[in-house]
Amino acid sequence: MLAAVDLQCIRGERTLFTGLAFTVQAGDLLRVAGANGQGKTSLLRMLCGLLSPTEGEVRWKGSTIQRLREEYWRELLYIGHANAVKDDLTALENVMTACALAGLEAGHEQAGTALRQLGLAGCERLPARVLSQGQRRRVALTRLALSEQLPLWILDEPFTALDTAAVSYVREAIERQVARGGAVIYTTHQDAGIAAARSWSIDLDRGGR
Amino acid sequence: MARALLAILRRDLLLALRRRSDVLTVLLFFVIVASLFPLGVGPEAELLRTIAPGVIWVSALLASMLGLGRMFAADHTDGTLEQMLLGATPLALVIAARVFAHWLVTGLPLVLVAPLIALQFDLAQQAYGVLTITLLLGTPALSLIGAIGAALTLGLRGGGALVALLVLPLYIPVLIIGAGAVDSAAGGLDVTPHLLLQGAFLLLAAAFAPWAVAVGLRISME
Repeated sequence: MLAAVDLQCIRGERTLFTGLAFTVQAGDLLRVAGANGQGKTSLLRMLCGLLSPTEGEVRWKGSTIQRLREEYWRELLYIGHANAVKDDLTALENVMTACALAGLEAGHEQAGTALRQLGLAGCERLPARVLSQGQRRRVALTRLALSEQLPLWILDEPFTALDTAAVSYVREAIERQVARGGAVIYTTHQDAGIAAARSWSIDLDRGGR
Repeated sequence: MARALLAILRRDLLLALRRRSDVLTVLLFFVIVASLFPLGVGPEAELLRTIAPGVIWVSALLASMLGLGRMFAADHTDGTLEQMLLGATPLALVIAARVFAHWLVTGLPLVLVAPLIALQFDLAQQAYGVLTITLLLGTPALSLIGAIGAALTLGLRGGGALVALLVLPLYIPVLIIGAGAVDSAAGGLDVTPHLLLQGAFLLLAAAFAPWAVAVGLRISME
């Protein structure tokens, strides 16, 4: 489905990785590993199309993502470092906006259910300003519950700032997604122990092998 | 797609409603700057009447520039902009909706208050309508052009001053046509050419600015 062809990333003067090539199939769980500053986030942003590779290209179902644009983005869920949660909006409004942007058809009902699944019952009508760091991360991750039909998830450090209950929820969501035949690409520093039939990893410390 | 655009418009208006101070700052800035001129140049009625169109337009220009920095900055910091770039709706349309929301909360209040300011300058009576119409046509163009500057300076240090240097020269046509129209109206001349030009400029900006902003944002986000 998703193919990286000879990707090269140069940030400033440093070459982070070069000649990186791999293919992600439906049902794959790909973990991008590497120390801080090795280019994990850059790689994920490249796979999304936020960052253009210095060399090489990313292909989705055979076409480069630069050409597909919205056609590709409609099938993609990307949750980055930043939560994309607005302080002045309530948790529910934040989720609704995120869904509208992503082109997901989610009503108040569904969004509320998803928030409760992530343990945010009672916080739906609170402005995000008063939520804790972990709760805000949960609001961002609510999109996992609403993006089940999307074939590709790219998650940058989904487990940061989460407590054990939320970590296990996210882990299960990823497992369900892979079992359904969706592909998940993620980065993490702790070993999440996600069970998947086709789980593999790329280590950027060793030049992407 | 229309649903997404409506949701974005609604979100921006909601955010403005919950941060009313931002909106009021722009409006008060406009009122204060325009009110400084009579204090500075003296109370001579004839002189004030002459400078009124120019002063009101320049004040509107400066005031509308004040809010530009905030157009994308917050969304850039909290990651919402990334999601907009990766959205299912073409970015240029999202931007058009956002610029429209920005105009509704910063531009439209200026249009509504301008006649009151004009009263202070004793503007000729037949020019009030024209003043409102030119501002109504001109301020959206200012927001559209300003958005290009805001996108290009996103994430830069000292972006606020830079955006002024980038955008103010581009505001000149709007200023000349707008102030010229009010001047002509005050002198009892025909203003149709001015209004047509102003409208044409707005259409041009509406057609091209969102695309330019989209390209600018993609470059800024790399």
